[in-house]
Amino acid sequence: MNIEEYKGVFVFAQQVDNELSGIALELIGKGKDLAKDLGTEVTAVLVGSDVKGLADELAAYGADKVILVDDPELKEYRTEPYAHALASVIEKYKPEIMLVGATAIGRDLGPRVSARVHTGLTADCTQLEIGDFPINPIPGKEQLHNQLLMTRPAFGGNTIATIACPAFRPQMATVRPGVMQKLPKNEGAKAVIEEFNPGFTPDNKYVEILEVVKSVVDTVDIMDAKILVSGGRGVGSPENFKLLDDLAEVLGATVSCSRAVVDAGWKSKDLQVGQTGKTVRPNVYFAIGISGAIQHLAGMEESDLIIAINKDETAPIFDVADYGLVGDLNKILPALTEKLKTELAAK
Amino acid sequence: MKIVVCIKQVPDTKGGVKFNPDGTLDRGAMLTIMNPDDKAGLEAALRLKDEFGAEVTVVTMGLPKAEDVLREALAMGADKAILVTDRVLGGADTWATSTTLAGAIRNLEYDLIITGRQAIDGDTAQVGPQISEHLGIPVISYAQNIKIDGDSVIVERQYDDRYHVLKAKMPCLITALAELNEPRYMTPGGIFDACKADITVWGRADLKDVDDSNLGLKGSPTQIAKASDKVRKGAGEKVTLDASESVDYIIDKLKVKHVI
Repeated sequence: MNIEEYKGVFVFAQQVDNELSGIALELIGKGKDLAKDLGTEVTAVLVGSDVKGLADELAAYGADKVILVDDPELKEYRTEPYAHALASVIEKYKPEIMLVGATAIGRDLGPRVSARVHTGLTADCTQLEIGDFPINPIPGKEQLHNQLLMTRPAFGGNTIATIACPAFRPQMATVRPGVMQKLPKNEGAKAVIEEFNPGFTPDNKYVEILEVVKSVVDTVDIMDAKILVSGGRGVGSPENFKLLDDLAEVLGATVSCSRAVVDAGWKSKDLQVGQTGKTVRPNVYFAIGISGAIQHLAGMEESDLIIAINKDETAPIFDVADYGLVGDLNKILPALTEKLKTELAAK
Repeated sequence: MKIVVCIKQVPDTKGGVKFNPDGTLDRGAMLTIMNPDDKAGLEAALRLKDEFGAEVTVVTMGLPKAEDVLREALAMGADKAILVTDRVLGGADTWATSTTLAGAIRNLEYDLIITGRQAIDGDTAQVGPQISEHLGIPVISYAQNIKIDGDSVIVERQYDDRYHVLKAKMPCLITALAELNEPRYMTPGGIFDACKADITVWGRADLKDVDDSNLGLKGSPTQIAKASDKVRKGAGEKVTLDASESVDYIIDKLKVKHVI
């Protein structure tokens, strides 16, 4: 592998049902930072069926170039044809950096592709920067420059590790959704579009999709919410989430929940905050009856303002809350909702 | 039917996490459990065994003490256990780990390989899909339901807002979610037998079609630049007030922060 041949920052522009996922735009935003440091461009790799129309949106959010792999085999996400598409793009265009979202798609696609092209993959990154490896000079070891330094939580959020991939290209990372910032939309910006089809011949690795079962609940994206009213097992019952719904309505907020609530079947998985759910950082995060397992904290502790209500004064949620109230949510929430109604009506 | 289940002994992340001076994990110093997603994968295999009479082989790569987790699997009902352990395999990243496990599995007959989606120490979710790539078989990740249909598997594959019902011809690799099932307990008889059972131990020489340059720390494309404990931002104020005072307190804070 001649590392010098590998140039440019590539991002996998995930789309589902021919709509771009938020992570695609976030990766372009971060990719621009990295490309600037390296003096190169950002290329979005758009894979799907009849998805050419999405290229302008990628351009509007900062992509300099779009490589389009468009084929009927790519209509729904399946590991093999998507892995073939992305691995073929990597082999042909030789990017130095390849970013993929750490979504249920990207966490399947990324490892398959990294194994195919023989490079390292760092999972679930929360920070990416260009720097030296080793970070500090070590006598007798060459210090490499312009390396991608990939930082990620591990051990359930107990530790932070920074990883490099010095001897292989591309340097691949999956990136947690909701952590990187997308750029402001620049309507009318155009990117160079290059179409590439490596050919798709179904073999034993192509699985058959028998059925696509979409979640019947309204898909509100908790990652977009400015205010989240989040409930845990302490809420007591699915019916009692009404107290949270009422508060959320007054504040124009969205209701989310902890893993315990999903496991109990009270709420659907797409509302789950935490390590195995979504990473959120709203302006305000209300943690209601959430004890605050470390896996939960990993998904919300970057929120600007955290207000916790819990009857257990030793709950770990109080270790990250800006304001913690030890008390009964059944008494506090209805009163808070009523008072807020009055306050907001007076404005 | 022959099923291979890859399991991992992991530090219980609720306990403390310890590092070697070089930034790698000091696994020897931590309490360990069978990784939860792997345990669900093992349970799924054992249910197929109950239904169809499959032979279940568990494989782990790790330090010699990873034998404990294999004995637990045997006590739950697995038929055979293989420990892949060798000094030259130490410090492996996901690439080198998946290369090693694929090298071990090439010695075995299998219709189905089941791994956990991810381990609670690394949380990468990479090793399962990477093994499948090395072996050239299909992968279905994030399985929330597994059924057998003749020479195929039918699997519900979870996504954020939907699931796909997928059908793949065996051999195939599936990565299991912890919510797939409720793993069974070890039986007293099982524990008794598992204590006496033979565990096959394989080293570097037993791995098939694997190059030395792809193993252990040296064969790992990714390298740790820095590792440290997470620094949390710390607690703010904690107050105990009656309901109406609590309400005033929260509203005051929301005003100060210009939320309302």
